[in-house]
Amino acid sequence: MLKVLQPGFFSTIQDLGRYGFRDIGVPVSGVMDSYSAQFANALLGNAKGSAIIEMTMLGVKFQFLEPTIIAISGALMNPKLNDEPVSQNKLIHIQPNDVLHFANVKKGFRTYLAVKGGFKAETILGSRSMYPSVTTQSILKKDDYIIYEPFQGVEEALSKVKYQDSHLESNVLEVFKGVEFDKLSENQKQQLFSNGFSVSKNNNRMAYQLEPKLENSLKSILSSPVLPGTVQLTPNGNLIVLMRDCQTTGGYPRVLQLTEKSINVLSQKTLGNTIKFRLKE
Amino acid sequence: MDYELKFSHYNEYSILIEWPAVMDENMLKNILNYKKSIQNSCVESIIDIINTYNSLLIIYDYTIDDIYDEISRLKSLKIEADTNEESSSKLWRIPVCYDDDFGIDLEAFSKEKQLSKNEVIELHTSAKYTIFFIGFLPGFLYLGGLNKKLHLNRKSTPNLNIKKGSVGIGGNQTGIYPKNSPGGWHIIGKTPVDFFNANSSHPCIFSSGDKLQFYAISKAQFLDLEQDIKNNQFQLTPELYA
Repeated sequence: MLKVLQPGFFSTIQDLGRYGFRDIGVPVSGVMDSYSAQFANALLGNAKGSAIIEMTMLGVKFQFLEPTIIAISGALMNPKLNDEPVSQNKLIHIQPNDVLHFANVKKGFRTYLAVKGGFKAETILGSRSMYPSVTTQSILKKDDYIIYEPFQGVEEALSKVKYQDSHLESNVLEVFKGVEFDKLSENQKQQLFSNGFSVSKNNNRMAYQLEPKLENSLKSILSSPVLPGTVQLTPNGNLIVLMRDCQTTGGYPRVLQLTEKSINVLSQKTLGNTIKFRLKE
Repeated sequence: MDYELKFSHYNEYSILIEWPAVMDENMLKNILNYKKSIQNSCVESIIDIINTYNSLLIIYDYTIDDIYDEISRLKSLKIEADTNEESSSKLWRIPVCYDDDFGIDLEAFSKEKQLSKNEVIELHTSAKYTIFFIGFLPGFLYLGGLNKKLHLNRKSTPNLNIKKGSVGIGGNQTGIYPKNSPGGWHIIGKTPVDFFNANSSHPCIFSSGDKLQFYAISKAQFLDLEQDIKNNQFQLTPELYA
């Protein structure tokens, strides 16, 4: 078991999401940055969909009660094991009572902690991803215990692939044209692709709102399907990028659609970071 | 009925099919039949199909290599679907208590619409609503068929904590909040019925295309029913609706 000594700013358990229930309004959820999360799981030889802890921005502290092996990936958070610095994107062998501590984020926004065999949090509707009103718990709290299978022994990393540091540095979001893209004026299209945008304070697992606003006269549409990565344009000109916990349907024009890779890139951005859209042909 | 459909790729792993942008019950049947035939085609790589007023979004668990190939496969299923149209559906009767304690905006709503409270209740319970689709929140039904006399724009200031089960009106829509949430609708009553239960293998018992009618109950009946539901002694069963 893992004991949560400090839950940090916003930490949850996630896997690759909850499928098959979107037509009754259940969001897909899952890890925000699937590249980093899957990298950590791959190092450990875990199944792709193994549950992992997603930490946001700062200050998480855990204590392991049983031996295991872990891997940390994603945003750089200066992890320390029993006060000694440890490397991200490498296997770390854990002894009972070891304390793992993360400092404030240095680069990126979300860090992943994977454990050998995955965390065994409750499975609801086929997924361990935390989401309010679906799972009993929607965020990790102090003194929570999370179960994992103890593992004794020494292992080499199974994956020889190197973590792409450019992933945390990239600020280009590749996009497809959205369903309502052709309703935009030439001027709006030009603004979308020539201007940069910055992440506003309204950014979370549901959506990222961007700044500045776009001049806009497009009206709402009949409520229609949306996906993570859908960029909506509200009547007052706000650009909203839907993320993993987004609703399944929405009534704002869908002007762009991020690629899966770009959702991962944006997941590592926070307030004030700038991004640029680039049309993928 | 023939509709002009538009097929497009939505992202690497999804295909969107659009009907004309209207709310129409016959079109809804056409959409749902198509959805069913896609589901019955047993393509394991399709992991979700989201249906709305005029769209199906088909989501695969991998990147679609040949989009044109997949679209033509879907088109062939459409022809099949149109020859198997079904028309019967379920009618769900939903108990609602319109007492002032639950229908916190009923008084103000009635005044605004220049109707008596009883007239509002009568109009609200006499319609058979169509469940067009489920979205927004887990178990939130998009209902069509609200009497024009009850249309009223959403409140300018949303209520931050609307209780689970609250029945409201917003614009030309009526609906039930499946969980506590903020919202801008006028709350006219409350139902003890669960609209979403994550611990059930069938978390939402309602389906797109079903009909739904409200009936008024007293506060005492509400409290009894609430207790029965808590103790698993109440089960909602639909009537067949031709």
